Amino acid sequence: MHVIVVGLSHKTAPIEIREKLAVPESRLGEALNRLCSYEGVREGMLLSTCNRVEVYSVVEDVEVGHERIQEFLADTNLSLSSEQLTPHLYWYTGDRAIAHLFRVAASLDSMVVGESQILGQLKDAFEVALAHKTTGVIMNKIVKKAISVAKRVRTETKIAETAVSVSYAAVELAKKIFSNLDEKTVMLVGAGEMAKLAARHLIAQGVRQVRITTRTPQHAIDLADKFGGTPIPFDHFKDEMAAADIVLVSTGASHYLVGAEDVQRAVDKRGNRPMFLIDISVPRNIDPAVRHVDNAFLFDIDDLTHRVQQNREERLQEAEKAERMIVEEVAVAVEWMKSLEVTPTIIALRNRVDEIKRMEVERVLGRLSHLSPQDRELVEGLASSIVNKLIHRTMVTLKAEVNSSNGPAFVEAARRFFYLDRPSPSDLSEADRSRYLAGRSRASDREESESVAHKQVR
Amino acid sequence: MASVCFTITMALYLAATISFLVYLLRRSDALSNISLGITAVGFLFHTVALAAKAAASSSSSHPSFFEALSFFSWMIILVFLLVEFRHRIPVLGSFMVPLALMSLVSAAALPETVPTLKPVFKTLWIHVALSMLGAVGFAVGFVAGVMYLIQERLLKSKRFNVLYSKLPALDFLDRLNQQSIVLGFPLLTLGIVTGAISAEFSRGSYMTWNPEQTGAVVTWLFYFVVLLGRLTVGWRAKRAAYLTVVGFACVILTLVGVVLKGHGDVS
Repeated sequence: MHVIVVGLSHKTAPIEIREKLAVPESRLGEALNRLCSYEGVREGMLLSTCNRVEVYSVVEDVEVGHERIQEFLADTNLSLSSEQLTPHLYWYTGDRAIAHLFRVAASLDSMVVGESQILGQLKDAFEVALAHKTTGVIMNKIVKKAISVAKRVRTETKIAETAVSVSYAAVELAKKIFSNLDEKTVMLVGAGEMAKLAARHLIAQGVRQVRITTRTPQHAIDLADKFGGTPIPFDHFKDEMAAADIVLVSTGASHYLVGAEDVQRAVDKRGNRPMFLIDISVPRNIDPAVRHVDNAFLFDIDDLTHRVQQNREERLQEAEKAERMIVEEVAVAVEWMKSLEVTPTIIALRNRVDEIKRMEVERVLGRLSHLSPQDRELVEGLASSIVNKLIHRTMVTLKAEVNSSNGPAFVEAARRFFYLDRPSPSDLSEADRSRYLAGRSRASDREESESVAHKQVR
Repeated sequence: MASVCFTITMALYLAATISFLVYLLRRSDALSNISLGITAVGFLFHTVALAAKAAASSSSSHPSFFEALSFFSWMIILVFLLVEFRHRIPVLGSFMVPLALMSLVSAAALPETVPTLKPVFKTLWIHVALSMLGAVGFAVGFVAGVMYLIQERLLKSKRFNVLYSKLPALDFLDRLNQQSIVLGFPLLTLGIVTGAISAEFSRGSYMTWNPEQTGAVVTWLFYFVVLLGRLTVGWRAKRAAYLTVVGFACVILTLVGVVLKGHGDVS
């Protein structure tokens, strides 16, 4: 069993390719079922966002699995030939595939490192796969782990804490002046795109009162409608400024609209309550002399850009911390994968020798019908103890070597010595079957992996 | 028992101060919980020390200057822990814990002969407790004021450094400043009134204009004006921050006055 990921992302493919390959939500289920119908594909999950399309899968053979998944992707959009597609695809297996999934979940592979959307998208993709029953023990465990790793990264690093867009940087600054934006009033002067975006962020953060003024009165009325605010005549917006805690200015004017004395008057009228002014216009619309007015805090586009730049660098530093965490977590997951390989072997071995024992005991006891029940028990006990002693060292060694680099070799040897990969001499006995069913009915991972092992044996 | 606890308390506050100062300068938040933990343990020892001391001294005895300052620093930590519990701003500890440590250390540094406040009446401990509670209010106002001025300066000069990211919002600091003064002022008023009454009983005069009383009256007048200014003509934000820093200097001077008076009475 191998974990594999095949896909493309904003790093390897242009939007023209990504948009063709993207699978709409309505067709995800069908695609997943198709994926798992390929020979050798045991489990599958499809992560399709605007920045990436990736197939996470558990396959029996790496090379074959890789080819099948490439086929699957090429078939997903018939207008894409596999020649067009293949150069953009990357693929990883084993620990590197797990590491990739963890990095994607923790938003280290995102276009904007630390953005939080990807985790939700991953959860959705997992939900869909669960609903269509295309994941199994391995994927369930690995994806759940990826989600918890992403949460750990989010809480233990500051990767998602700071603003990385100019409009959001304005909100971040506002929060260093006003601890609670709920009761605050924002005034929008002019209707530059960035100012509108910043206003939208502020409203999302709780600002309730929005006042809007533009040189064209109708424009202000339209915007007020959109934001649920009040339009103000452009001629006397300065008189209304005292009522605004946050003033966002971005007009096309080529001169200063707001002077230092206007702000001073507003601050006086406000009884020295602090005022936050953001000038996103170029050329600037607020006189930079405002910086000398006490309790007024003016930031222009350069200040905001500078802040964003700083935050980006911080995020990258935090990303390094996150990468270290992921290395740790991948090691844990890989360890688990390895033990999964050994566990079914041990179970198969146990079943195989038990079966041989049972058959031999039945055969012998059939001929010794004169034995008393006590003697029959004795014979059975003898057989059990010989079998147990014979396989004891093998069991112990397998368990001990689970985590060593030789683990797979020991598993391989055990499988060949006890011909575990050949069909069993008879079908499962009634007793085994009932044990198998009991194992399935319990939900714990361990039981699940045992039942998987049974399937493999058959 | 009490003195051992005091020593442990002081050591723990020192450790917490160092830890909180390092926390202030480092980008990581890892130290905040450790610092908070050390402070909390120190506070427990402090509580035990104060309780042991109170139990040991008979009911007729009066608080020493050491005890008064120790109570002051205990209250500072208590207020910090309460505010921290409610608002989660560990950075407050980087300012308040050092303040508590300083007052405890300066109390311990005073010669043993000075501390005993002489007179005389049972009302005295009420006077000391109320005055000290008032002083705690002004101390918190002072800390909020200092933090306000730092954050204001950082915002104005657009220096978005570690300190900037750790300090809380300006209006929060201004509100903390206001609330602490609003609470501290009536407590100081009551402290002065009880002090004057006990002076009347012990010395036969409400006011003798010794350094302590003069300091107290000046401090009271100062904060009265500060409060009045805030309520009437908008002395808030930066100006209020400056004023509370100055006001706390008056508080310190008054406490020095108490020591001087103690000397006077003893000599």
